[in-house]
Amino acid sequence: MKEERISQKTGGFLRAAKKVRWKHYVNYIVIAVLLIVFSTSSLTGGMRSSSQYLLEKIAISMILAVSLSMLVGFLGELSLGHAGFMCVGAYLGGKTAAILSASLGNGFLTFLIALLAGGISAAICGIIVGLPALRLKGDYLAIVTLAFGEIAKSIFMNSSNETFGGALGLETPRYDRKSLFILAFLLVLLTLAVIQNMIRSRHGRAITAIRDSEIAARATGINVTRYKLIVFAMSAFFAGIAGVLYSYSNQTLQSSKFGFNYSIEILVMVVLGGMGSINGSLIAATLITYLNVKLATILTGNLAILQNLIYATVLILIVIFSNAPALSGFREKYAPMNLWRRKRTAKVDPALRRDDAKSWSRIPTKIKMDELLSIDTRPEEHRAVRLEGDKPERRD
Amino acid sequence: MELITTLINGLSLGGIYAMIALGYTMVYGIAKMLNFAHGDIIMVGGYTILVFLNLTGSPILATCFAIAFCVMLGVLVEKLAYKPLRGSSPLAVLITAIGVSYLLQSLAQILFGSASKMVNVGYLDSLSFGGITVQGYTVFTLACSIVVMICLTLFIKCTRLGKAMLAVSEDRGAAQLMGVNVNRIITITFVIGSALAALAGLCTLMKAPTISSTFGSMPGIKAFTAAVIGGIGSIPGAMLGGILLGVVESICNRVSSIAPYTDAIEFGILIVILLIRPTGFLGKKRREKV
Amino acid sequence: MAAYVLETRHLGIRFGGLKAAQDVNIQVEKNQIYGLIGPNGAGKTTIFNMITGVYAPTEGEIYLDGQRIDGLSQETINHRGIARTFQNIRLFNNMTVVRNVMVGLHNQPKYQTGLLTTIFRLPKHFRVEKEMRAEAKNLLSLFGLLEERNDLASNLPYGKQRRLEIARALATKPKLLLLDEPAAGMNPQETEELMDTIRKVRDLFDMTILLIEHDMNLVSGICDHVTVLNFGTTLAQGPVNQALSDPEVIRAYLGDDN
Repeated sequence: MKEERISQKTGGFLRAAKKVRWKHYVNYIVIAVLLIVFSTSSLTGGMRSSSQYLLEKIAISMILAVSLSMLVGFLGELSLGHAGFMCVGAYLGGKTAAILSASLGNGFLTFLIALLAGGISAAICGIIVGLPALRLKGDYLAIVTLAFGEIAKSIFMNSSNETFGGALGLETPRYDRKSLFILAFLLVLLTLAVIQNMIRSRHGRAITAIRDSEIAARATGINVTRYKLIVFAMSAFFAGIAGVLYSYSNQTLQSSKFGFNYSIEILVMVVLGGMGSINGSLIAATLITYLNVKLATILTGNLAILQNLIYATVLILIVIFSNAPALSGFREKYAPMNLWRRKRTAKVDPALRRDDAKSWSRIPTKIKMDELLSIDTRPEEHRAVRLEGDKPERRD
Repeated sequence: MELITTLINGLSLGGIYAMIALGYTMVYGIAKMLNFAHGDIIMVGGYTILVFLNLTGSPILATCFAIAFCVMLGVLVEKLAYKPLRGSSPLAVLITAIGVSYLLQSLAQILFGSASKMVNVGYLDSLSFGGITVQGYTVFTLACSIVVMICLTLFIKCTRLGKAMLAVSEDRGAAQLMGVNVNRIITITFVIGSALAALAGLCTLMKAPTISSTFGSMPGIKAFTAAVIGGIGSIPGAMLGGILLGVVESICNRVSSIAPYTDAIEFGILIVILLIRPTGFLGKKRREKV
Repeated sequence: MAAYVLETRHLGIRFGGLKAAQDVNIQVEKNQIYGLIGPNGAGKTTIFNMITGVYAPTEGEIYLDGQRIDGLSQETINHRGIARTFQNIRLFNNMTVVRNVMVGLHNQPKYQTGLLTTIFRLPKHFRVEKEMRAEAKNLLSLFGLLEERNDLASNLPYGKQRRLEIARALATKPKLLLLDEPAAGMNPQETEELMDTIRKVRDLFDMTILLIEHDMNLVSGICDHVTVLNFGTTLAQGPVNQALSDPEVIRAYLGDDN
């Protein structure tokens, strides 16, 4: 949406279209180039297994962040249980792979079937959690997703040893370490393609319309029910896929890992990346995962407890800096993106941006400013018909 | 007999949940934010009791200090972390609250170590009447929560400040136009919530005398659930939801076959209740005007 | 019966004990501009909400082109051919102007592309997107919004937001357009322009329009027929001049002493 604004009025439409197209594909290209570099290094044996593990982790975070971004940033529904979908995918995918590995071996086919099993089972959960979303709003829905995450965690935690390993954890399938992260990044590209293409289509427009005003979207004929369920299902599907990757990447699955804190970590990636920005989520996912893994290796022994302290402090400072209304002037002035963009943004007449009705509605009150503003100010004789007969207001 | 004991235990657990839920519900009602750091105030309260118990040896004095410290901490957090974000997106506030929660937990870990510690807040004699023996702390917790509830209801109903709080929760902008100092009201809300959290910390310690940095997390989430079940923003709702959850938990823990699934059952109840009543038991129905 | 685009029969709704509307009979003919007027709280918006499916009426029936539509969902009613604007403007604020209109075009049969078509970026997707954008731009140019097509909807000035809302509603290709206080917050000159716009909409789109309005200049200027409501019941009904000079109406508006 924003890209288009840059190109308005002055530039030719064709030139603008070219610019927009380029921007659409830049994230694929960056990821693909990095992937080629890393995979050559890995396949020729020049990469430590810790780096491979880090890359797997980053890929998993990217998939999670992008899938949650669709739900939170584009549909506008807060989810505090994304790790729950991941948990379902991890366990069912991991179990499927464990069963199949007996007959098919730990090959690509097993991996693929496990991915599908994990993704689809998570998507089914997504639809189940999405159903309340049709009735519930905002914070109430958030608590339902939180509850779902805790329930999923608890069920797998208490499963028997034969089914899902219970408290001991589920032994997970193995895959060639050298190439697992390559598959993971290919899946990132797939996720990105599916979600981005969907968002940048008429379906995506309908979804963002629901976010902006559900009432207006319904009145415009958008099938809100259908789109909400689709988004929940897709978001959960990719979380499930991330879960399967996670189960391949780790030795055992402990369901306690998939708790509230993990869900929050994913949400933090989306929020810090900027709501409604897929590239932002990708960058935030990479940075946060990298920092977490690096901090864990740097801060060993007695310093380990500092990790959370640093994480928490940085988190609070970033959120306050990037959101506090008091700092908005400062942000406008010094944000690097704005410094770079300022020259390119076509100047919009400031008078156009200022709008009385709008600034009134910013005071959070139910007093109907619209009505106050619409009081007739014409001379007495003209408005007699309209005002004096008004009965005390009843709500309709 | 056993059923009655279980119920009474449930009531007292519910009382703890209710006290914490009140903090959630009042902050939500007035500041319109989910204060996820609320659970960790309980933990801070617990540790403060531990410290002052070692210093003074008196549980009562330690509790008073804990309440005072939690109130200061609550206000400080509100001023430093939440106030700058007033008027920005609710999600930003939520993430900050979670950041504060992590911060408090890691500070506790740094100061007190990650191993859990024993806190001996003293033992109250158990009471028995008619063949039923009730633990002392159960009676204490129940009494505490009932007194708190009555005081709070009276405060809201009968004082100017309470009415101002109601006004702010109803319509912040209009209250401001009527001369209510919204910032002060929000501060007071945090004062009350934090004091109750400290009290809840004491009650929890009487029940199980060990504390660690995640001491408040699960009770926090459970109490939040209770607040939503009762209808978030509603004070009697918080009481109702807390007690319902406490009783359910205490019954589930008694039945060995379902005991491991206690959490799942509680959260399941939440989902079912929200599906039937989308704003909880006593929550106000907000019909969006078209 | 099929002569009317919209017909309500004994329409009524009750919220608990409160009868917000009662025995309302509106008959809107093709190409009419029909006004729904009355003091605040008379139940006008409630009637709009019933017609568009926000509330299900507790009494009576609603017919669109002879087909019963009461109790259907908002989406279905829109698909059947009723589009509306809102008293307090509801645009998709974080989307550009042109995309607001494209959302309106979402359900047009010729623009149907499946999820898989868009995900795999089949040629049909690009063709449809191009056509949708072109049609949206056409519509915007009719409303004088082409220049601002790539601005965020929330950045438009008030009058243009109103026009955009009408454009978005028309994009759904309705048979009947409902306008809820389109002139609210406008100065006399803007109101004049709005009257032109509404007439233009009727003539260009062959549209039937039902509107709620307080501004008597606008009502007497463009409406053919009006229904005057008071306390949820019909006070007077008929051609605009006749209804407005009805003694009951004057009493309701001016009070008893006049």
